[in-house]
Formats: sequence, structure tokens, C-alpha cells
Amino acid sequence: MSTQHAFCAALLAHEPSCPEGVFSSNGADPASRFAVYRNNVHSALINALATSYPVTRQLVGDEFFHAMAGLYVQAYPPESPLLSEYGSTLADFIQAFEPAQSVPYLADVARLKRLRVRAYHAADIPALDQPRVLEQLNGQSRLHLHPCVATLHSPYATVTIWAAHQTEGAIASVNPWQAQGALVLRHGLAVKIFGIDSGSVAFINSLGRSEALETAVEHALEASSEFDLHQCLGLLISHDAITHLEQKVSP
Amino acid sequence: MMTHLPHHRVSPAQVPGLPLRAGLGLKSEHFIEVLETRPDLGFFEVHAENFMVAGGPFHHYLGLIREQYPLSLHGVGLSIGGEGPLNGAHLARLATLIERYQPQAFSEHLAWSSHGPVFLNDLLPLAYDVTTLNRVCAHIDQVQSTLKRPMLLENPSTYLLFQRSTLDETDFISEIIRRTGCGLLLDVNNVYVSCINHQRDPLAYINALPLHAVGEIHLAGFAEDSDSLGDRLLIDDHGAPIDNAVWQLYEQVLARTGPVATLIERDNQVPAFSVLQAEAQQAERHLLQVMA
Repeated sequence: MSTQHAFCAALLAHEPSCPEGVFSSNGADPASRFAVYRNNVHSALINALATSYPVTRQLVGDEFFHAMAGLYVQAYPPESPLLSEYGSTLADFIQAFEPAQSVPYLADVARLKRLRVRAYHAADIPALDQPRVLEQLNGQSRLHLHPCVATLHSPYATVTIWAAHQTEGAIASVNPWQAQGALVLRHGLAVKIFGIDSGSVAFINSLGRSEALETAVEHALEASSEFDLHQCLGLLISHDAITHLEQKVSP
Repeated sequence: MMTHLPHHRVSPAQVPGLPLRAGLGLKSEHFIEVLETRPDLGFFEVHAENFMVAGGPFHHYLGLIREQYPLSLHGVGLSIGGEGPLNGAHLARLATLIERYQPQAFSEHLAWSSHGPVFLNDLLPLAYDVTTLNRVCAHIDQVQSTLKRPMLLENPSTYLLFQRSTLDETDFISEIIRRTGCGLLLDVNNVYVSCINHQRDPLAYINALPLHAVGEIHLAGFAEDSDSLGDRLLIDDHGAPIDNAVWQLYEQVLARTGPVATLIERDNQVPAFSVLQAEAQQAERHLLQVMA
């Protein structure tokens, strides 16, 4: 076994251990020195998750979050030096994490945060100017959405829960048991999150699959008879979420 | 008709090489303050990996700050000391960043951080023997030929030694520099931390390095712990003000090297920008003393 393989295995082991072949010049137990590396690796990753998921952390408390993040780090250490991407599977982990079941909306709050990070760092692509979108739009149009745009369909009031944790002080009574969709996008330099209905989620997802506007409207109305096309399209256009219009009719 | 061109200063952001001044690590929480207050600093340094994102505010602000200041790009994820091959995709991302921001310096660590598919997010220690030496030199050759520029290699802070090691750390570093032509990023805090941890004389360590190759200096704070014997165990955590012992060692380094671009590193418990600026000013006072 190579030196680094043994070192790596001991860093990620469940129980503290120390690889062979290391020593301290003063004769101290090398395990007491190796513990520094082990602690650095674990605490840096746990802290990175705690910093990335502040609302998730607030919902369960620091102690619970750190214990859960510690298990996640051990099960899923990073596979890329790009730490901004680390934790993209944390929401799925939370969903399956038995002790977190008492906060059933926890995973969706984490999903919303991940979409927020994704939007924050998404590519800079210029939007189509608003008059042009309105002028050229018809039922056959295929709208290209900005890469920052994402939706989340949640059986819980995830956006409201999220918003309630953005301000200091007492959290107004929130009813978490109401299904709510989310639209996440970056407008200029600011990431914005909107609570939207299930029809709007279906509409935006359909546009994201490059389906024609009229098809997207059909999907939206199937999801919710109260879908308001004017309002949803207005939200996208006014936040520079459309980058291109394709008028080609597919064969 | 020939006119006499006024003698004008070139924008500091366009000068090749870092200025012989003090700089600060650029944190995202300080982007706006830096742009609004234009602090009098020699340069900024950023962690390359933080800017390996497609777009958004990080690139927006770094682009604006780069127009005003020289830049040092500091990698923390290349794993130059890794047993496996370098991550080609990561190296390509570095090349893209360098092309975009034209930094005055690029540096990385004498350490490893990836093994197989796992990225450990820490700067881990190397056994110093001929096998490792050949591998590190091959990796640095690859970095320098891909990036088409020399890099600076940072000396590590370590907490353990390897029985397998056959070379002193200073000999190991000297040989890398001789073979690859890379420069040295002398982290004075790392020297102090490692020397205390391994019962070495920091000044003897400094004297054993090829000081002619120093292209940048790092100064930072450490945390203090103890090992199983109760001996001082210093941890390089970049989370405290620079210790007096490190300032003294810095002065002794400058007496040997002359003025060198010096970075104040602070990555944890980041204080108000003005606190970091005061440390940068302290470094500049030391630099001025050796410029005379």
C-alpha cells in the first residue's frame, strides 16, 4: 500500500487511527500529530457545509447539523478541488437520513440553497432585450432560458421557510405544510428566489426542455388550472431570464 | 514633429512581476469595500479554485479589482505532490484563469491534496526521497510548460515526519528549484510552525534554502496546541494575527533577500479590512527598511 493511500485511508476512517511510517522528532505519539491532519480535513469540510447551508443549519441547530455533516463528509468526501460544488448531494443525503425525518422540509431547503449557489456562479450570458422578446413571441417559439434559471417543486412551503430565515429576529408563524414551487435566478449580480405555483414550475421546466411555448402552456395548465401565463412570462422576461428565441418549427 | 512624451507611470496592474510591496488575500466579503475605498496596497492574492466558476459576482468583482491592482493567483488544489498524475482538467482551468486575469504570479504548494477520486481539501505532507523528488519535478515541469510561465512553490507547514524520508526538506526544495527553475514562495509562518513542531532552528532552515529564488513571501498567524508529550504543536490555521516570532523571522529573511512582495494571509476569523491593512502596513515598514 502506498504512503498516500494509507494516509488517505486513515484520514477518512470512522475511528481515529494513524498510518504506519510516521513519527515526531520529539518522540511524541505520532497519532497525536496525525490528529491535526484528520481534524483539519473533517472540520474544514464540515465548516464549508455549515457556511454553505446556513438555513438548513438553523432549522436543526449547530450540533445536529455538524453531526449530520460529519457523516456526510465521511460517506461522500469531495471528488473535485472546486469546493463551491461540494455538497451538491447533501439534500439527497438529508432526505434519506433517518434522524432528520422530523423536519421533512429540510432536504428541500438544502435543495433550494444549492440552486441559489448554482445561479450565483452561472455563466454570464446576455439576455435578449425585452421589447424583442415580446415582439417576436408566438406559440411556436422556443425560449432559451439563462443557465442560472432553475425551479424546485416542493410539497412544503420551502420558499416561505427560506425567506423567514433571511431576517434576524422572531420568525413569523409559517405553515410549512403547503406545497410551493420556487424559481431561482440571478438578475444582474443578485440571486432571487420567487415562490411560484405548480403550473409555473411545469411551464418553466418545459421551456427548459426546449419545448415550444404552446406545449409549455399545455403542461402548465395540466399542473394547475390557475396558471397565469402573462404573470409567469412577465417574471422571466423582466428578470432577463430569456437569452434566445428560436422560431423554427420542429419537423 | 517629435513631441516630448510626458513621463507617466504605467498602471500598477500592468507591471510584470509582483511589486516589492505588501499585499492582502482578497476575500469576497471585501470586494465592494476594496472597489469603493481603493486601499493603498501592493497587490491582491486570490485562491485560484474560488474563481473556477462560470460567471457571476466573483468574476465581475475580480475583473474590476484586477484593473486597479497587480494580482497573485494562488492554487490550493493542484496536488503537485500527489502520487497519481496531475488532474489535467484542473490544470486546464488554471490556464484559463491565467489567460483571463494575467496575474503577475502563480503559486502552488509542496503538498498533496488528492488521492484517487478523493479531494481531501488539505495540504498534506510528503516523504522526502528520490522517488518523490522525481515525481514532484515532473509535475512542476508539466505545470510550467502548460501554463507557459514559471511558478512559485510554497514550502509546507507540517506536523509529522516520514521514516521513509532520506532528504532534508530544505535540500528537497533546493533540488526542485535547481531542476525545474521554479521560484520559491517562502511562507515564513510555515517555516516557523514546522521548525517548532520538528525542533529545528528556523534561521538555520531559512539559511539552507536557495533564497535567490524567493519570488514572494507569505505571513500568517497560527494556532497553538500540544502533542502527547505536552510539547508545543503549532497549527497553520491562518486564523490569527501574525505572531511576533514570525515578524522577527521575516525581518531576518528580508536582511538576506532584500525586498520581496509580501502577502498577509488570513482565511479564518477574517477581521475587518482595516485590521488586515494595518498588518500589510507593518510588512511595508519592514520592506522600506531593506530598500534603502
